[in-house]
Amino acid sequence: MSGLSRRRFLQLSGATAAMATSLGFSLDSLEASTPQLRIANAKETTSICCFCSGGCGIICHTVNGELVNVEGDPDNPVNRGSNCSKGAATFQTAKNDERVTKVLYRAPGSAEWEEKSWDWAFERIGELTAKARDASIVHRNDDGVIVNRTEAIASLGSSILNNEDLYLVSKLMRGLGVVNIEHQARI
Amino acid sequence: MTNHWIDFKNTDCALIIGSNAAENHPVSFTWLMEAKVKRGAKIIHVDPRFTRTSARSDLYAPMRSGTDIPFFGGLFNYIFETGRYHHDYVLHYTNAAHIVHDDYDFQEGLFTGYDEEKRTYADRSSWAYKTDAEGKPLKDMTLQDPRCVFQMMKKHYERYDIDTVCSITGMPKEKFLQVAEMFTETASPDKTGTILYAMGQTQHTVGSQNTRALSMLQLLLGNVGRPGGGVNALRGHSNVQGSTDMACLFHIIPGYMPAPNDGDHVDLAAYNATTPKGGFWTNRPKFIASLLKAWWGDQANLDNDLGYHYLPKQKKGANHSHIALFEDMMAGKIKGLFNWGQNPVVSGPNTNHEAKALEELEWMVQLDPFENETAAFWKRPGVNPSDVKTEVFLLPVTTFLEKEGSVTHSGRLIQYRWKAIEGPGQTKQESWIIDHIARSIKSHYEGSNKPEDEPIKYLTWDYGSSDDLSIFVDAVAREINGKDLRTGKQLPGFGALQDDGTTACGNWIYSGMYTEEGNHAKRREKEDPSGLGLYLKWGYAWPLNRRIIYNRANCDPSGKPWSEDKRTIWWDETQERWVGYDVPDFAPTRSPQDPGGTDPFIMLPEGQARFFGVNSMNEGPFPEHYEPYESPVENILSKVQYNPAIRIWESNKRGEASEFPIVCSTWRVCEHWHTGAISRNLPWLAELMPALFVEMSPTLARERGISHGEIVEITSARGAIKAVAMVTERIQKLDVQGKTIEQVGLTWHFGYQGLVKGDITNILTPHVGDANTTIPEYKAFLVDVRKVK
Ligand code: SF4
Ligand code: SF4
Repeated sequence: MSGLSRRRFLQLSGATAAMATSLGFSLDSLEASTPQLRIANAKETTSICCFCSGGCGIICHTVNGELVNVEGDPDNPVNRGSNCSKGAATFQTAKNDERVTKVLYRAPGSAEWEEKSWDWAFERIGELTAKARDASIVHRNDDGVIVNRTEAIASLGSSILNNEDLYLVSKLMRGLGVVNIEHQARI
Repeated sequence: MTNHWIDFKNTDCALIIGSNAAENHPVSFTWLMEAKVKRGAKIIHVDPRFTRTSARSDLYAPMRSGTDIPFFGGLFNYIFETGRYHHDYVLHYTNAAHIVHDDYDFQEGLFTGYDEEKRTYADRSSWAYKTDAEGKPLKDMTLQDPRCVFQMMKKHYERYDIDTVCSITGMPKEKFLQVAEMFTETASPDKTGTILYAMGQTQHTVGSQNTRALSMLQLLLGNVGRPGGGVNALRGHSNVQGSTDMACLFHIIPGYMPAPNDGDHVDLAAYNATTPKGGFWTNRPKFIASLLKAWWGDQANLDNDLGYHYLPKQKKGANHSHIALFEDMMAGKIKGLFNWGQNPVVSGPNTNHEAKALEELEWMVQLDPFENETAAFWKRPGVNPSDVKTEVFLLPVTTFLEKEGSVTHSGRLIQYRWKAIEGPGQTKQESWIIDHIARSIKSHYEGSNKPEDEPIKYLTWDYGSSDDLSIFVDAVAREINGKDLRTGKQLPGFGALQDDGTTACGNWIYSGMYTEEGNHAKRREKEDPSGLGLYLKWGYAWPLNRRIIYNRANCDPSGKPWSEDKRTIWWDETQERWVGYDVPDFAPTRSPQDPGGTDPFIMLPEGQARFFGVNSMNEGPFPEHYEPYESPVENILSKVQYNPAIRIWESNKRGEASEFPIVCSTWRVCEHWHTGAISRNLPWLAELMPALFVEMSPTLARERGISHGEIVEITSARGAIKAVAMVTERIQKLDVQGKTIEQVGLTWHFGYQGLVKGDITNILTPHVGDANTTIPEYKAFLVDVRKVK
C-alpha cells in the first residue's frame, strides 16, 4: 500500500482549480458557482455517518452513479447539516485508492496475499467452518443436558455494520452453536 | 442513553465526566451550546486533562484517572449534608424507603458474603430487601429507619468526606465544592441536569460501578426520565448501539435476554423460570418464544419446546468476553475466527499478547474495507510469516455510502442508510457475504441426520436472493420486527407478542419499527410540536418510539409534569390515560392512583430505581472505591486495594509504582476514529493528524529532561512504545494523598498499516477488566516515560 504523498494531495486541489479556470468564470462568482455546478444535476441520497454514534445525517451527490460530493444533511434534525472533521471526510471512504477490492487469501506460512474468487472463498470457508464445528460440537454435556455448543469457533465484530447484517451475524453464529461472540462494545 | 443528542438543548446543567465530548462526539456540543446560549445552561467538565470540552465549559475540575467513585461518593456525602436532593422524586421513584435485609453489612471494604479464595461474593442472599410474611419489601416512608436504603446509603458515604475524596482524587477542594454546588442546583424540580460520559467512566476495573454511581447521582437530583436530564453514554461506533441490541455479545441474546447456560436454563421451562417476577420483564417468555419461532420456523413447535434446545447453552459461569476469548485463543481452544470488522491488534488490551494469540488460529475470515493490522497480523513487524500457520481470508466489503440498511445512534434512534453508489471492484455488503457463507455452511448439513446438526440445518434463512440487496435487507428487517403467524401481518409492536408460538420476532425491542405501515426507520418527517426536539416521525427509536425513557418520572406522583416548560407526557383526567408529546413509557391507562401508578422504572420488579443494588452487581450493592489494578497509591478507604471481584489471568503482568510511577490513560482526537483502520486511510484525516503523541505536564517533562516534540519511550509492565512528546499545560501534576502524582495520556489511533503509521498504544495496557463486564482497564494503568538516548 502506498504512503501518503503530499503531491497527490496537491494534485487534487490543482485539478479542481484548473477545471474552474477552464470553465472561464470570473473569480468573483467562483465561490458561489462551483458548489452549485458540482451538484446541480446530481442525484441526492441520504445516509448516516459511519464514525461516531452521533447519527449525523449525510447527503451524497452522485452523477451517473459517480460520487461527486458528500456533505452534512441539512434536513436531519440531529445535526442540521453540520459534520465534524470525520463526517466531512467521508467522501474519501468511497473515493479511496487504499480500499481492498479483491478477495484476498493468505495460505498457511505464506508471505503473500493471493487473489481468489468469491465462489472459491465461500466453498473453502464453508468447509473449514463445518470441520471446526464437527470436531468440537457438544450435543449433550456430562449431565445429559442438550447444549449444542462449540467453543472452537469465535465471532468478533462489528459495530460498523448495519442492524440487519448484525442480526444475521448473531443468528448464524448461534445457529452454529458458537458461544464466543464478542464485538467492540465490550472493549 | 436514556435521552438523546438533541435533548441536550433542554438541560440546565451538563456534567461531562469521562468524556471529551467536544472532540469525540462533536454533535453533542451543537446542542450543549444551544442550551448555553438559549437557556443559560452551565457546563461542567471533570477530567484528568483540560481539553476542548473544558475550554467550552463554565467549570473545569481536574482529577486522577480511576477515582470516579470517590468523586461521586463525595457528592453523595455533600448532598446528604446539605439536603440538596429532590425529595419527592427520591421518596416515590427510588428504593430509598426500602428496608435492607437484616444480614446485610459492610466492613473493611467488603460487603457481606465474600469468598476470598474464589475472589467472588459467593453468598449474596443479604443483598436484598427485608420483607414481610408475604414476601413484600418493608418500607419506611419517613426515610428515618436506620436500616432503610436512604440511611444506609448516607452511612456508607459518610466516609467520603471532602478531605478524603479530594486527597484521593487530587481535585482541589474549592473546585470540588464549585462542582457540587453547581450541579446540585438541578435538584430543584423545575430544573434538570444531564450527565454525559464515555469510556472514561467504563474502561476501569470498577467501570460498571462508576456508571451506577453517576446514575445514583441523577436519581438523587431527580434527573432521570426528564428532558435535559438522564444518564447519557456517548457511545463509540456509528452502530455500536445496534450491535449491542442484536446481541453480538456472549452474555445476551437479541433484546437483552440472558444467553442460556447449561446449569440454569436446561430447557424452556427452566429458562422461563428465571423470568423476573415483576415489572415489564415478566413478558420475557413471549420474547424468547417469538425469537425461537423467527430462528427455527416450522421446526419450533409446542411439542418440542419451541426448538429451545437448538439455542447453544454455554457452560454455567463461563466467561467468553473479549479478554477471556483471547486467553482461550492463546490456549489453543479456538480454531477458527470470523472477524466481521474489528481490529483487536490495535484496540485489544495487552495487544502483543492478543496478536500472538491470533497465531494459534487455524483460520481467520475477516471482512474489512482496508487491510488493517489484524488482517495483516501474520506479517506484523518482528514476525516471520512462514512461522504463522493460520489460513487468512480478507473479504472486501463496501463502506457505508455503498450500503443499504439501518443504524441505531447512541440515543436509540434507528435511521436509514440508502445506498448511494456501487462499491469498487469485487466489494460486497456484509449481508451478501453473510448470506453466501450461511448457504455454504448449511450445504454441509442438508443431508445430516445427527441431532447436533439440526440447529444449523433448520435455521431459517428465507430472505430471497442477496443479489438484490434492497429486497434482501428489507426481508431481514421484517423478521427483526416480527409478524403474526396466523395472519402473516407485521406486528404493530412488542405488546402483540405471544408465548404460544403464534408470533415470530427476531428482536423484541425493535418490534414496532417495521409494521404494516412500513419501515419507520425510513421516516423523514420533521414535526416537533413540543419544541423539545423529540421528532417522533423522524426514524424510529426503540422501545416503541419513545425518545426519553422512564418518562413517567417527568411527572410528579399525581401525574402532573414537575416543570411546565419541560412537559413530555402527563395524566389526562378526562381521557383517563397518559397523553403528551412523547410515547409514554408506562401502561397507557394506568392512573397515578392505580397499583404501580407511581412506579416509573418499569423494567424493575419494584418499579423504583435502585440506590441499593439488589443482587445485580458482582462487587456489592453500593459503589465502593477500590484503586485501579495498577495504582501509584494505597487505598485509604479500606485495606482492599483493588476490586475484590475481578478475575486475574495469570498471563497478565502487574506493574508496581516503584518501577512505573506515572498514571496513564488513553484518549482520542477528533480527526481519527478508534484504531484508525478507516481514518488513517483517508488522506485528509491522515494529513491532519499524522502521528502518535503522548501528553505530559511541563513539570514531568522538566524532571525527565524531555522537550516538546522529541521522541520519547513509554513503558509498562507489558511492553514499550515510542511517541512524540507533547508537553502541555493541559495536564497538571496532582497532589494525591500527600504525594505528587503525574499523569500522561496517549491516543490509540496508530498501528503498522495505513497511510500514517505509529506504535500501538495498547501494547502497554493490562489484560484485566471490570468485575461485571470485563471491559479492559484502559483508562488507568502505570507507565514510565523516558528520553530516547
Ligand atoms: S478546521 Fe477549524 S477553522 Fe477550519 S473549518 Fe474546521 S473548525 Fe473551522
Ligand atoms: S459527523 Fe462527527 S459527530 Fe457526526 S456522527 Fe460523524 S463522527 Fe460523529
